[in-house]
Amino acid sequence: MTTASLRSVYPGPGGFDPRRLKREFPIFASNPDLVFLDSGASAQKPRSVIDRVSNYYSTDYANVHRGVYRLSARSTELFEEAREKMRGFLNAADSREIVFVRGATEGINLVAQSWGPAFLKAGDEVLISELEHHSNIVPWQMLRDRLGIRLVVAPIDATGGLDLAGFEARLSPRTRLVAITHIANATGAVVPVETIVRLTHAKGAKVLIDGCQAAPRLRVDVQALGCDFYTFSGHKTYGPTGIGVLYGRYELLSAMPPWQGGGEMILNVTFEKTEFQDPPYRFEAGTPDISGAIGLGTAIDFIEALGRENILEHEEALTGYGLDRLSRIPGLTLLGAGQRRLGILSFDLEGVHPHDLAQVLDQHHVAVRAGHHCAQPLLEKLGHPATTRASLGVYNDERDIDRLAEAIEAAREMFGR
Amino acid sequence: MMDLRELYQDIILDHGRHPRNFRTIEHPTHLAQGHNPLCGDRVTVYLSLDGDRIADIAFQGRGCAISTAAASLMTEVLKGKTIEEARALFAQFHARVIGGEPMEIPESLTEEAERLEPLTGVKAYPARVKCATLSWHALEAALKGSGAGATVKTE
Repeated sequence: MTTASLRSVYPGPGGFDPRRLKREFPIFASNPDLVFLDSGASAQKPRSVIDRVSNYYSTDYANVHRGVYRLSARSTELFEEAREKMRGFLNAADSREIVFVRGATEGINLVAQSWGPAFLKAGDEVLISELEHHSNIVPWQMLRDRLGIRLVVAPIDATGGLDLAGFEARLSPRTRLVAITHIANATGAVVPVETIVRLTHAKGAKVLIDGCQAAPRLRVDVQALGCDFYTFSGHKTYGPTGIGVLYGRYELLSAMPPWQGGGEMILNVTFEKTEFQDPPYRFEAGTPDISGAIGLGTAIDFIEALGRENILEHEEALTGYGLDRLSRIPGLTLLGAGQRRLGILSFDLEGVHPHDLAQVLDQHHVAVRAGHHCAQPLLEKLGHPATTRASLGVYNDERDIDRLAEAIEAAREMFGR
Repeated sequence: MMDLRELYQDIILDHGRHPRNFRTIEHPTHLAQGHNPLCGDRVTVYLSLDGDRIADIAFQGRGCAISTAAASLMTEVLKGKTIEEARALFAQFHARVIGGEPMEIPESLTEEAERLEPLTGVKAYPARVKCATLSWHALEAALKGSGAGATVKTE
């Protein structure tokens, strides 16, 4: 699908038609009754991405950055083109600031393991928040145990949003890094990252943003934000699994040591000594996920063709519709997400365990996530050790929310008493 | 797709809502916790043994309808049974819920085995097998350990 053909199907703002858009996603042809509300875990793939990966292997595949033969040169060109697309997607200043990783988990671990030991010493503080996914908690705990740093946690307020005053109070002269989510994966709470960056930089610390749930939904401009690191996973952004992006300001990346050794990341190797490449290659040891990067590039084309403002408008409208529709179900409690919630509806149904609920929903072909959503500390704090979570994508529409609500009613009937 | 009522039979819904022996035992001879890290479900199984006979058995915890009903039914069928009988029932039950080969069971236990039949609907839902066996795994861990307690994970 080309940008031009997409525009003809979805003309301009307000012309966003998820029902027609579903046709661009082959999964819905294979599963005609599917109501897919688990894009927060992983989004479905448009045909253009699936075809691109397949075509790349059929026509242009060879290893990158190695061969002198034309095929390898072409493959390298496509891989680097994908990097340039990521630069544009995040509005980074320079494509050398884009490191391909397996996903956001690897992006965070890269910063923890490379930047961490180089710039942190015992007593320094890393500040996270109660909204974090396990992947933005555990790497810092591991680093804490290794370096003797302190891991400080900023609280949420009574509404489920980040407590900004509480955050500010925990920024200290020892804070070296703030690692925080852009949108909480378990509740959809949007974090005012612009304010976070401003407050943090005023204290001289760096900011890493976990953009997994934000990249597919919001326009992200790392230069306007001024953040130091930003990471997201390709598979939640309508791209393939196994690929993701870590953005880092070049000045920071170039001061960071490699975190994995191997081919691709070196300039010269002898048994005595190795000279390392400059960023981003310094951080990309071994053969990268070339087809993943190229497929993600096509996913970014897809998103840009739809229009990121259109996507945001769509997600906001549908989030609002879902809130309204679900809150009218007796016994259903939506988890608080503060002042602004986007794309994610996490809820508890009185007397029905999330796993039983998800089972009944599955019977109605409604796919949702049930459990702790890899955010156990947040859910415990909110008083619901497990919830049911519906998360939205570009292909969802009001009918999907209605089918979800109807299936929840059916579950209430079955388990109610 | 199988009718969901095969999984959630009336007896399951009833035991899920109103679990039997849902309490603690003050001085258990054995106890163990079961934990399913996938969903966060937790169950604690309390045992009071008289020789090798289960004089009392109870459980506490939080879980889905399947895991709550499974624990409830387990306590019902095991009260008064010997350890050996409990193990035989678990082995046979386990084989049935994973859809394995039918297993011989002593004739004296056929009635108890039949009482567990409604739970075997999980064999059509592989993700839910652990819900049905969590309390049994905790029981097994309790029998291996002592009053000090042990924790068993399903994964």
